[in-house]
Amino acid sequence: MSTMLLQAKNICAYYGPTQVLHGLDLAIAEGGITTLLGANGAGKTTILRSVCGMVRTTGEIRFRGHEIADKATEDIVRLGIAHVPEGRGTFVRLTVEENLQLGAITRGNKVEIATDVERVFGYFPRLRERYRQQAGTLSGGEQQMLAIGRAMMLRPKLLLLDEPSFGLAPLIVQEVFSILKQMNQREKVSIFLVEQNAALALDLADQAYLLETGRVVMAGAARELREDENIRRAYLGY
Amino acid sequence: MELFLHQVLAGLATGGIYACMALAIVMIYQAIDHLNFAQGEMAMFSTFIAWQLIEWGFPYWAAFFLTLAISFAGGYMIERVIMRPLHNAPILSHVAMFIALFAILNSAAGFIWDYQVKNFPTPFGTKSILGEGLLSAHDAGMIGATVVMLLFLFLFFRYTRIGLSMRAAAANPESARLVGIRVGWMLALGWGMAASIGAVAGMLIAPVVFLEPNMMSSILLYGFAGAVVGGLTSPAGAVVGGLMVGVIENLAGTFIPVIGRELKLTIALALIVLVLTVKPSGLFGRTVVHRV
Amino acid sequence: MNTAAPVSKRRAYEAPAYWRWLGFLIVAAIALPLPFLLKNFFIFQLTLAMVYAIAILGLNLLTGFNGQFSLGHSAFFALGAYTAAILMDQYDVSYYWTLPVAGIVCFVAGFLFGLPALRLEGVYLALATFALAISMPQILKLSPLEHWTGGVQGIVLIKPNAPFGLPLNPDQWLYFFVFAVAALLFFCAYNLVSSRTGRAIKAIRDNPVAARTMGVNLSLYKSLTFGVSALYTGIAGALGGIAVQFVAPDSFTFGLSIALFVGLVVGGVGSIGGALFGAWFVLFVPNIAEQVSKGLAGAVYGVMLVLLIYLMPFGLAGLVRMAAMRFARAKR
Ligand SMILES: Nc1ncnc2c1ncn2[C@@H]1O[C@H](COP(=O)(O)OP(=O)(O)O)[C@@H](O)[C@H]1O
Ligand SMILES: [Mg+2]
Repeated sequence: MSTMLLQAKNICAYYGPTQVLHGLDLAIAEGGITTLLGANGAGKTTILRSVCGMVRTTGEIRFRGHEIADKATEDIVRLGIAHVPEGRGTFVRLTVEENLQLGAITRGNKVEIATDVERVFGYFPRLRERYRQQAGTLSGGEQQMLAIGRAMMLRPKLLLLDEPSFGLAPLIVQEVFSILKQMNQREKVSIFLVEQNAALALDLADQAYLLETGRVVMAGAARELREDENIRRAYLGY
Repeated sequence: MELFLHQVLAGLATGGIYACMALAIVMIYQAIDHLNFAQGEMAMFSTFIAWQLIEWGFPYWAAFFLTLAISFAGGYMIERVIMRPLHNAPILSHVAMFIALFAILNSAAGFIWDYQVKNFPTPFGTKSILGEGLLSAHDAGMIGATVVMLLFLFLFFRYTRIGLSMRAAAANPESARLVGIRVGWMLALGWGMAASIGAVAGMLIAPVVFLEPNMMSSILLYGFAGAVVGGLTSPAGAVVGGLMVGVIENLAGTFIPVIGRELKLTIALALIVLVLTVKPSGLFGRTVVHRV
Repeated sequence: MNTAAPVSKRRAYEAPAYWRWLGFLIVAAIALPLPFLLKNFFIFQLTLAMVYAIAILGLNLLTGFNGQFSLGHSAFFALGAYTAAILMDQYDVSYYWTLPVAGIVCFVAGFLFGLPALRLEGVYLALATFALAISMPQILKLSPLEHWTGGVQGIVLIKPNAPFGLPLNPDQWLYFFVFAVAALLFFCAYNLVSSRTGRAIKAIRDNPVAARTMGVNLSLYKSLTFGVSALYTGIAGALGGIAVQFVAPDSFTFGLSIALFVGLVVGGVGSIGGALFGAWFVLFVPNIAEQVSKGLAGAVYGVMLVLLIYLMPFGLAGLVRMAAMRFARAKR
């Protein structure tokens, strides 16, 4: 196994008095795609929020040698973790251009930023056509592309994706997932993918975790999980 | 016809006041996504500070810019100290806080500087430049200053990264954090800027309406009306809206018997309700289209 | 750790019905003997507190249960007060008959204002109602209406005497009269909130989209709520006019709206009983503030409000509810 980019130990997370994550461990390998599966309400979104300091969390989270569990969201992001949140988090009132610029707001070099915008267009040519349009007017698929593009503008080491397939037509999902694969290989960005669509996610990922009510119940190579009898019946449906 | 033109001119003169206030309102609305009901009182308080500095012997422009700086710091502190702990509270708490702020500033100004009406100097002079006292040099200067401020803001928000960050932080704080923006700072910055713009408005308005703790109460309403007419999302719209409200008010006062003269505030109310219900984005505001 | 996560929706702790009756009995047991123990001035003050409580309750029906804002309830209060005053002054109507009329007038006015306000949400509604509050005194001063309204001078009223030869002075009688009206209105509010209609109203607050798909007619219910809210506040206005024996445009400024709004926030948004505490706060705290510092009364008041918002974000009622919840949990 390669070196670990992010390593979490014994994470517990709480919304007010309600505990949602119950002491789970997690490791994300450098360079790979790791997926996190689980039913609705299992706590997948909460894990991503824990990593980014958006929910009260106890435990240890190390990212490239930094302890980030007690850092503020914006500082964690600045270390190189880009998060495409549930619901995409588009700035609907701003233009596509401004959304992309915001992705790189922590970076200084204007020339590099301009080339990165071009790079994003390389992956998502449709965004170029919509460049000056208000982001709220994009279709669901285009907004998802914009959200991923915005995240890539950070030049992240780790990309967190929360159900990118949600609400999209199957064909668009295929397209988005294949682009994610390309990005992972060409941009040297590790991906942590939260999905309900287990079949797709397991095809894409190298490693996988299965979550049930705030606990990891299974972890291993994606291939192994795909072949597991129980997973097949419960999550893949054949 | 001549009467009509005269009244339009006079309306522009008062409209300049509203435009100034409307701009401050829209500015803070953009920065913090809230209508600040204490905005008028903040402007009033800043103007008193300027007055005090002038009393102490500062030349006008020194006092002017010093007041901008002090107001900026004051707005910044208000956000940090008072509003900040409420970030996750419901809108209702925010409105309650604005009202508390309103009461505190109004009462403190009266306590420090008493309720006597005071003269405030104008840097533009008071000569009449158009039509027998309809538009004075000060009125023209006020409109000019508002336009300059508008231009400055436009450039700032459109073309600077910090302006973009501020807009993002206001529109969607959570997403803004996720791209690494320090949202807390941006909000405080927005408050600071809004306080400064309010200070400009106050200092320009004070020579016309005289300085006293309650000078802003009706102007704030007209400012809101101007902001709404122009569109709360559009600074340029706010300025045009403010001027329009001034003209409408004046024309109604001249040409609609009784009601026009006695119900000036109600005209503002009617404008607000009318525009908000018929075209909530105002004349120049952006409509947000959502798709699911 | 940064806790920017959305605050979970607080689930209201519903006190069992007998608690409410118990609460009412306690309040009554304290309130009824008071007029025989206190000086007339204090009786009058308590009467006013009940008047405010009714007005705040009206505002609370709108804001707390339906999620609509209003900074303009001083206008409905004024409308109620003037309706009562004009009826008594010009048409010799008995004071008690003015209440239903004031209620109906304000209901209609609120309903009509609610129609355009329907399309306004949150801060826009606050703005429109703010404008309403600011412009109301001017409307009341309008010269063509002077014959009825008395213009700037307002209308002076006569304090009603106790009927049936009851051995009560006018202040005591008015206290009991207002108490009875308040009890009735609070009772109605409880029933309204827990009725089918009340559930629809609350559903609109919590999830307008879902409410619509459940077949709730949003516009009708929102306007109706606005109407009912104005009705409560209007009756309070009428009672207030009768109690103070005087109505004038400048008694109904934005300051009054602020007072009602503050009472709402302090008492607890969405809590019916909280209106009582809210009324107490808006009536007596300014006095206390004045004692702390005469010149800075407004500032002291503002600071108290700030502290209250920090310390009790859900008002006093929220505090009580939280304590009750702890208590209930501890018992289990
Ligand atoms: N803001 C919140 N407040 C309270 N509970 C929450 C909140 N968000 C999520 N939860 C609860 O936490 C659990 C996990 O939620 P989540 O992480 O969103 O699950 P998933 O993303 O796997 O569907 C669920 O039971 C949900 O009800
Ligand atoms: Mg989720």
